[in-house]
Amino acid sequence: MSKDIYVVVEQRDGVIAKVGRELIGEATKLAADLGQKVYAVLIGDAVRDKAQSLIEYGADGVVCVQDPILKEYVTEPYAKALTAVIRDRDPEIVLYGATSIGRDLAPRVASRIHTGLTADCTKLDIDPESKLLLMTRPAFGGNIMATILCKVYRPQMATVRPGVMKQLERDASRKGEIEEFKVAFEPSDMNVVIREVIKEEHKKTDITEAKILVSGGRGIGTPDYFNTLRELADVLGGEVSSSRANVDAGWIEKDRQVGQTGKTVRPSLYLACGISGAIQHVAGMEGAECVIAINKNDTAPIFDVSDLGIVGDVKVIVPKLIEAAKKYKAANA
Amino acid sequence: MKIVVCIKQVPDTNEVKLDPVTNTLIREGVPSIINHDDKSGIEAALRLRDEAGGTVTVLCMGPPQADTALREALAMGCDEAILISGREFGGSDTWATAAIISAALKKIGYDVVITGRQAIDGDTAQVGPQIAETIGVPQVSYVEELRAEGEKLVVRRQFEDRRHIIEVKPPCLLTALSELAAPRYMHVGGIVDAYQKDIRILGFDDLKDDLNPDFIGLKGSPTNVVKSFTKQAKGAGTILADVGADEAVAAIIRKMEEKHII
Repeated sequence: MSKDIYVVVEQRDGVIAKVGRELIGEATKLAADLGQKVYAVLIGDAVRDKAQSLIEYGADGVVCVQDPILKEYVTEPYAKALTAVIRDRDPEIVLYGATSIGRDLAPRVASRIHTGLTADCTKLDIDPESKLLLMTRPAFGGNIMATILCKVYRPQMATVRPGVMKQLERDASRKGEIEEFKVAFEPSDMNVVIREVIKEEHKKTDITEAKILVSGGRGIGTPDYFNTLRELADVLGGEVSSSRANVDAGWIEKDRQVGQTGKTVRPSLYLACGISGAIQHVAGMEGAECVIAINKNDTAPIFDVSDLGIVGDVKVIVPKLIEAAKKYKAANA
Repeated sequence: MKIVVCIKQVPDTNEVKLDPVTNTLIREGVPSIINHDDKSGIEAALRLRDEAGGTVTVLCMGPPQADTALREALAMGCDEAILISGREFGGSDTWATAAIISAALKKIGYDVVITGRQAIDGDTAQVGPQIAETIGVPQVSYVEELRAEGEKLVVRRQFEDRRHIIEVKPPCLLTALSELAAPRYMHVGGIVDAYQKDIRILGFDDLKDDLNPDFIGLKGSPTNVVKSFTKQAKGAGTILADVGADEAVAAIIRKMEEKHII
């Protein structure tokens, strides 16, 4: 019979992705509701020494699959490794981070073992009666939320957005079993050839792909104030965008313009700094999941489409916000 | 080289409604377009064909109205269009959708299958990899550059923190990002031709050799939507005036925390 919750913990170059710890934290709550245990699955090359930390963040045990073929993520060897673990252990639930790797691996595995998979969940619960996993996710750009069940097939599987769940406090005294799980790989498992890995410190600057946009309007006053907005964007892991006026004035490149004659963006957060919110601008950003606006003018139309509006001076608030965001990140790293 | 592009017709708006009984989306009366990533996939397929030779077949699963998406793909220059349509397919989740499309691919044959990374309505990004698994070919997801090199394809794929330059031999499946190839416009002659071509329709009976009826449609899908709800319409939220800068900053951090942004 299926039991226990398995969290597929992602690592890149031996560094554990934070979403893995977040999912272990969430899984401990779900496991308590089920009266079951939480296991982390760690796949990679020589990653066993990272396993203990996962126990300290709440896992009851860790299953490691190690092999040189697993050094850089490639779908087939990883799918083979994970499928072997799932077939052997028969989990009730398997959770993955909804990263580019998790969203590549999970559907492949779901099809191989013929079970359901729910993408990009933002909420997980155990139904008190049926003990089924309630998987809730946004669709249609976040306008609709859907709760999804996988009643018959096992394991119940979900990818979960990074940053949604909370990791537990690290407890160095926690103990658990670390097991090495052997998978026999063949050269033919490597069915593609990685010619080159290009690592990047800074992602591309396409503002339509950014999850967070710090956007400057006329209210920022001077062209060099975009440097301050850039600093805030860097702290938050986002990009800088602009209203039309600053682009027309030559303060910033045209490809960063949001609005009817610029780009349409749908970030998780649109932070409008000194943007009045003309209808042509709003047309380009109203699909944002969350809008926070800072503007001196309390009648600025941007406030009509904001989740949070601050009537105040950008130049006073943004520097303080940079410091506060740095502090927050340091405290929650 | 036979290139098959799988496309989805999606509503061109976020103004969608749910059927209160089945909890599935009501698509009638909503203007429809070819999903962006898929359209980029069509363009990439056309360029690959022009470079390496072969044909481009465009494949769409959906209701009869999806005909318009297929005509548009023909007008862009695709050689052949196929609609997978049937009552039995309605309500399929990603597993079941991939099973149905895979059955169609087995029937028509393929060397390279291209899908979009994800559709703007469901946003799952699952059907591409699930087709690759079901037909048993390697997948490369999130492709942003593609070229032929002899028998092989060389693609650049994008992850959050890195790119991979990958060599893959057909048969294989690629999932396209919107930035892979900016779609060409239809030209008038193309549109006229598109409406003179026949669109082949594949129904359940055409695919049943490769399809278990118990594993498709609403009933055969591993996952089911049990509840849907719309988020509250976006209106003005909280406006803080006459607060100190520190208080304002604290409110911004709280909001970002609440929305899982920070």
